[in-house]
Amino acid sequence: MYLADSRTAPGVPDTAGRAPSPGRRAAVPATVLTLGTVSLVTDISSEMVSAVLPLYLVAELGLSPLGFGLLDGIHNGVSALVRLLGGRFADRGPGGHKAVAAAGYGLSALCKPLLLVVHSVPLIGAVLAADRTGKGLRTAPRDAMISLACEPAGRGRAFGVHRAMDTAGALLGPLLAFLILRAAAGGYDAVFTVSGCVAVLGVLVLLLFVPGRAASRGHLAPAGKAPLRAVSRRPEVRRLTVCAVLLGLTTVSDSFLYLTLQRRLDLSEAWFPLLPLGTATAFLLLAVPLGAVADRFGRRRLFLCGHLALLGAYGMLVAPLGDSPALLCLALALHGGFYAATDGVLAAATADAVPESVRGSGLAVVQTGQAAARFACSIAFGAAWAAWGDRTALEAAAASLAVSAAVSALLLRPAKSPSASPVGIPARGRPSGAGPLNNHVNRVTHKDPP
Amino acid sequence: MNRKNRLLILVAAVLVLGGVAIAATLHAAGRAAEKDRARPGDPRVGRGEVVLDAPGRSVFRNMAWGPHRDEIASVPAAAPAGPRTSSGVRCLRFHAAGGTGICLQAVHGKLRDGYRAVVLDARMRELRRYDLAGVPTRARVSPSGRSVAWTVFVSGDSYAGTDFSTRTSVLGLDGWTLDRNLEDYRFFLDGRLHKAADVNVWGVTFADDRHFYATVATGGRTYLVRGDRTDRTLRSLHTNVECPSLSPDGTRIAYKKRVEGVPDDAPWRLYVLDLRTLRETATAERRNIDDQAVWRDGHTLVYALPGDYGSDLWTVPADGSGSPRVTMPAALAPAFTG
Repeated sequence: MYLADSRTAPGVPDTAGRAPSPGRRAAVPATVLTLGTVSLVTDISSEMVSAVLPLYLVAELGLSPLGFGLLDGIHNGVSALVRLLGGRFADRGPGGHKAVAAAGYGLSALCKPLLLVVHSVPLIGAVLAADRTGKGLRTAPRDAMISLACEPAGRGRAFGVHRAMDTAGALLGPLLAFLILRAAAGGYDAVFTVSGCVAVLGVLVLLLFVPGRAASRGHLAPAGKAPLRAVSRRPEVRRLTVCAVLLGLTTVSDSFLYLTLQRRLDLSEAWFPLLPLGTATAFLLLAVPLGAVADRFGRRRLFLCGHLALLGAYGMLVAPLGDSPALLCLALALHGGFYAATDGVLAAATADAVPESVRGSGLAVVQTGQAAARFACSIAFGAAWAAWGDRTALEAAAASLAVSAAVSALLLRPAKSPSASPVGIPARGRPSGAGPLNNHVNRVTHKDPP
Repeated sequence: MNRKNRLLILVAAVLVLGGVAIAATLHAAGRAAEKDRARPGDPRVGRGEVVLDAPGRSVFRNMAWGPHRDEIASVPAAAPAGPRTSSGVRCLRFHAAGGTGICLQAVHGKLRDGYRAVVLDARMRELRRYDLAGVPTRARVSPSGRSVAWTVFVSGDSYAGTDFSTRTSVLGLDGWTLDRNLEDYRFFLDGRLHKAADVNVWGVTFADDRHFYATVATGGRTYLVRGDRTDRTLRSLHTNVECPSLSPDGTRIAYKKRVEGVPDDAPWRLYVLDLRTLRETATAERRNIDDQAVWRDGHTLVYALPGDYGSDLWTVPADGSGSPRVTMPAALAPAFTG
């Protein structure tokens, strides 16, 4: 953990050197706000495209979008690999985080204008895959930069601020796309062009205003020969990864949760596309306060409590509670709260456990483990849903989640050593560094459950 | 680079990128406005009454530029090139039979668009409406006009997400009973109950108000299934069949077949399947077809292909003879009354 890290990696202070000022909240560092702006702008750009994509494919191109799902497995595998490599290369030397993140953002930005020229399912699928690769590449180095830019004591809140800005972008993007299509009926090319311009702006903000060496107040020791292996050997990282995987294996994908909600509460079909907005809104509102809570209450503890919120949401869907609209609001609030208490918080907790020199690799390892686990869960849950029906499948998921949470609580007990973090217990959150609107991994479900 | 220079670069970039964005939007807006004006040489379209139970009419979505674009219009089936009568009802997808129409339309909201299915009586008046969860793709009415079905694409709204799925609903007009999702039916694959998370159903075509045919996809393959609303079952009959369309005499299915040795992005050819012998016949249409064809009569198929106006209707004999011909430019989603 932090003190231990400082000892093992001498000359690598974890903060700007200022002493944490207890009782007074430090301002969120400018670099975090700048990275938040980059994410906000980039999410506006991405979500503009995803909001119009189904309509564009069906109404404009007359394509059948069903062909896309078949490639998801491959794309997810590639995405996981790229994420690990991104984290690893980012740790290579000074400025590495920024360079790899810029490559990731740049790749996604390049994909937007490409959508103007490709008109067939395989090519559009390839462009989307490249876009997603860019996202995989940039997540770990970006989170590393956030963690390096702020005081350990304020990491939870800093990540909360970043995730809130990220989610705000995800909510604004579809709105902007809608306004463009309102001004220009059928103007999908305009949507893609504007999306490309917005994405370029995001890359520019990153290049111009994010310092090349977020951790430049100490010389950042370059990572050793095999940072991924080295980082995976650290007991703290192992424990975090095991817990992230365990809990990820029992985190039902958003799509399944929304389907169950719709069935339980007998919602009108028109509500279905709005459910992710409910989760995102709760995430947006709760990310900062819960990040601050994580700093005081302990990040690992809050991370676990976040999963209890998810368990609560499962419980509401399983229990015979009727179908009042209040239930819907509560379920979505719990779901958004789950993300707010786990997403940025996991990154913060990981940062607590990983020395600066391998921060990117450490984040990538934990995040990739969680993403892979969630992908496995979406497949397993889909099979359970088909075999047993939605209620039994969800009961099974709830029971497994309870067991995972209990095991994780044991694993994440405050360290016995005196090296305990000065800021309480690290926690952890969803790795992909994305709001519920833009974490594809967690919603990967190739289709409606039958 | 000092802070001032960086800010200058940012401001310059915002101006340039903003200019490009605004220019692209204005260009698209101008193009959209152009489509609201009729051009010389386009099919003539006038406002009038469209009825769904008059014999010998062809009713369709008018794609010709002008104020009636996207409205449901009709012409005499015998004179498809004649002046069009437009109903004022806008639909993305449409079908009609037995004096009932089904219109899948966009609902333009303040902050986002939604979709709904509207059931129409013979005078195109709304009987009932249902909200939809995604982008409409297929619509059908049973021969009696007492049942309707529709398919929409549902996506997870996810970042670069590719988790599209279909949702197909069947509605009985007697009692307004709605089966929201045909995936809730039991699906028998080669006689055995098949449970899988990856089942998708689309493209219903009715035999009568209880029985229908549709496509089921699972495990990377597609199946022609016969559905039963009373038993709530789907039973596979044949493989590699998409978007089936039952002939008026109920003996043949026109469908999209995925064929080998063609480009990945244009894999479908128009085929006809004899339900008694399960013999497949390729039609003379050799291009890629992505539509649920319609039988104009017992011998002729009508289907849409991309054209200058977005879509034209073509026709080809169902028995594999003849050659494809344009029957109506600037039209989509046809239905033939009486």
